Amino acid sequence: MTEPLLAIENLYVTLIDDRGKSKTILQGVSFEIYPNEVMGLVGESGSGKSMTALALMGLLPHRAQIHSGRIWFGGQNLLALPKREFSALRGSQIAMIFQNPRAALNPLMRVGNQVARVVRLHQGLGKRAAYGKGLDLLQQAGITDTSIRARAYPHQLSGGMAQRVLIAMMLACQPRLLIADEPTTGLDVTIQAQIFELIKAIQVELGTTLLLITHDLGVVSEVCQRVAVMQAGKIQEVAAVADLFAHPQHPYTQHLMSTLLRVDRPANYRE
Amino acid sequence: MLRMLLRHFTLLLGSAILMGFIAVAWVGPDQMKYEPEKVSRNTYEKPSPEYRFGTDKFGRDILTRVVYATRLDLRIAMTVAVVSFVVGSVIGAIVGYYGGRLDSILMRGVDILFAFPAFLLAMVITGVLGDSEKNVITAVTIAYIPYFVRLTRGQMLTVRTLQYADAAISIGNPSWRVILIHLLPNTLTPSLIQMSMVAGWAILDTAGLAFLGLGITSPTAEWGVMISDGAQRITTGEWWMWLYPGAALVLAAFAFNLIGDGLRNLLRLQ
Amino acid sequence: MTTTPDTGAMDNSPSLWLTFWEIIRSYPLLHYLFRRLGLALLTLVGIVVVAFFLTSVLPGNPAVVRAGPLANEERIQKYEKEMGLDRPLAVQFGDYVIHLGQGNLGESWTSRRPVQDELKERLPATAELGIAAFVATLAISLPLGILAAVYSGTAIDWAIRLFATFGASVALFWLALICIHLFYYKWHIAPPPLDRLTIGIDEPPNVTGFFTIDSLLAGDIDTFRDALNHLWLPALTLAFVVSAPMTKMIRAAMLDVLDKDFIRTARAVGVPFRQIILVDALRNAFIPVLTTSGIVFGYLVAGNVIVERVFSWAGIGQYVWQALDVNNLNAVRGFILLIATVYILLNLVIDLLYSLIDPRIRLN
Ligand SMILES: Nc1ncnc2c1ncn2[C@@H]1O[C@H](COP(=O)(O)OP(=O)(O)O)[C@@H](O)[C@H]1O
Ligand SMILES: [Mg+2]
Repeated sequence: MTEPLLAIENLYVTLIDDRGKSKTILQGVSFEIYPNEVMGLVGESGSGKSMTALALMGLLPHRAQIHSGRIWFGGQNLLALPKREFSALRGSQIAMIFQNPRAALNPLMRVGNQVARVVRLHQGLGKRAAYGKGLDLLQQAGITDTSIRARAYPHQLSGGMAQRVLIAMMLACQPRLLIADEPTTGLDVTIQAQIFELIKAIQVELGTTLLLITHDLGVVSEVCQRVAVMQAGKIQEVAAVADLFAHPQHPYTQHLMSTLLRVDRPANYRE
Repeated sequence: MLRMLLRHFTLLLGSAILMGFIAVAWVGPDQMKYEPEKVSRNTYEKPSPEYRFGTDKFGRDILTRVVYATRLDLRIAMTVAVVSFVVGSVIGAIVGYYGGRLDSILMRGVDILFAFPAFLLAMVITGVLGDSEKNVITAVTIAYIPYFVRLTRGQMLTVRTLQYADAAISIGNPSWRVILIHLLPNTLTPSLIQMSMVAGWAILDTAGLAFLGLGITSPTAEWGVMISDGAQRITTGEWWMWLYPGAALVLAAFAFNLIGDGLRNLLRLQ
Repeated sequence: MTTTPDTGAMDNSPSLWLTFWEIIRSYPLLHYLFRRLGLALLTLVGIVVVAFFLTSVLPGNPAVVRAGPLANEERIQKYEKEMGLDRPLAVQFGDYVIHLGQGNLGESWTSRRPVQDELKERLPATAELGIAAFVATLAISLPLGILAAVYSGTAIDWAIRLFATFGASVALFWLALICIHLFYYKWHIAPPPLDRLTIGIDEPPNVTGFFTIDSLLAGDIDTFRDALNHLWLPALTLAFVVSAPMTKMIRAAMLDVLDKDFIRTARAVGVPFRQIILVDALRNAFIPVLTTSGIVFGYLVAGNVIVERVFSWAGIGQYVWQALDVNNLNAVRGFILLIATVYILLNLVIDLLYSLIDPRIRLN
């Protein structure tokens, strides 16, 4: 078997709340991601999916502390890396897109400039060239009339459009590992399908490895090869998608399937 | 426990300093060897064992005057804080509760007052009223009433929509009772923080006015008056005349500010 | 849409006004400006009323002060008559408003000169000091506020917050004395605290009224150096005190922004930390800071009065201080109106700036 691109070992993360009480939100998370695969991470809201992803990015909030564990990436333990070297990996090696794409863009900056900035950072182009390249990437991300749209501010875009802008940024980064944290939450259903298709197409084209966080098992079955099931800060089961759907091992997975596989989202779903 | 102490360090430090000042104001004057306004032949004496903080141009003991001034300045600051709080809160509660035209007219007025820095407002009012302790208190109080009006009104707007307001009205309470007994207490938390800040500003304003020769005037022992006396000797180096009263003033304002900050931390957590 | 045909340009009928309004309303910016100007004017009217009655109703009779301590009743009455104080208050007010409409703030009874002329002469001194102090304030509080937010919860943050709380407690006049004592009396770095230029040095030819700028315009380096020499200490003193609340505001705004999703995105795509702080975060934090700059203006103006007193700086702060001392009512009123007008204009400018910086606000 090939070497994993990324391996998380026994990750413990605690969060200190406003009152100074600490709560362990990741309790020994372990799983691997192999090159070029699409890995799904599913679980209820609050189970710790986002925190896991942020730990991979080294972007945990101030109040969260990594207690113990290792994250192997490209032969080195990210958690033991000096801050500066970890920063250098962000964007170029690992990149991430988030839910709520409109809030994920700088409200005071035209989106074309935001994409161009990432192009400049990672492809070393001049200002004009980077902007032109950015327009190309926006087009690749499925935006029409790019020269007009690029001059828009984030609040003038729809959620789906904003997510495409973020995807264009990812295209500029060309990371080895792309993490997508519920990239379609809050978008229209038809747009959701388009965005997933786009992400999938890019993954194939660039040969990027993808960690897709979602609550939508339907998407998992279509897009992912393997999937990790998370509950209350622990990974309960990791399996190939086909196996998981054929015979879920863990009782929680079965429960999750019965609740999440419905077409509509559960009524109490937040975020 | 240690964490608790550290967390509320500002509140504790502020309270401790304030306690110290209150103690000085309370018993300090009786412990003094000299009279605050008694002149002597020993003018412009440097600090010495005899005159701990030195003497001024009339040979008055600066330490004695600083201690006596503590009583006066604290009294003014606290009176201003309490009176502006009471008056401002009641006005704010009433306009917040009834809303309507009264509310919009009054709030425009408050906006107008806010267009003017509190210190300048107090300065103009004192200047016109004339110099006395009562007039300074009046002037500074007027300058800070708008702060409480705005604060309590805002609070009231949210509180009055809550269910227990309806409940209190439905069992036949008169509206003054609903406002004062049922609603107003729920708006107190932010006012308490504000009160502490206002006390800090008031003490600085009072001394600032006195420094400009307004409100409390010479020969009264008051920090601002003393600093003003000292300022006349700024180019000849009698630093003790202004340094000590100023230090006391700043420390007192610091205490009020620390308490305000600390209270904000404490109350936000709950 | 039903448009009444234009009935002629000279016709002052309501329909003309209607068309006028319709034109204005079709331009959002114009409409907005008109509404804001209207509101500002209303506030100003309120301030005129407050300023007039506040200074008139309260006890204290300028005629008595003018007549001096030894004057008899007759003399006081003569002055009252001369100054128009014997008329009913409403008449005095009407008179004041009419003069105001003509741009006349009344006469200062001490100098027998129009108040507006005197204010105009003294405003540049205050503005020069205030602007210098404001620039210094930004230079102090921007880095501190940013540092405190970026390192929030650490010792750096703690120290900066302590500084801010302390700065909010420092009596400006006391700090000024400390500075003069150290920089002038002890170390001889600063000139004596006596006005804007050393005695014997002539004022530069008046262009802006700012001695530092006017002397440069005149190519007079010596005067420039002397003006700057007199300016830096009062400006820094004032800046120290104003930077306390400013630092707090910048810290709070930065903390707020740093928590936003788009900052996380910028980090996730590898934007360098420095650029994130100085470009993404700072520009966004600027918006809430801008909306509170009215408070900063208040601190600056109030502080100016005190600093001008300590440094014998011949600005409008000194002017109003002297006026209050002798019940020079017109001068005091003029000062109040001037400050209020500047404050209102400032808020107007802030609102416009705000809409320029923030594309989400497009004045519709
Ligand atoms: N800002 C926050 N404040 C307090 N607790 C939080 C915060 N964000 C996340 N948590 C806690 O961390 C846990 C994991 O959250 P998260 O990783 O966001 O879950 P998921 O992405 O699976 O919905 C949750 O149980 C939640 O209680
Ligand atoms: Mg999540």
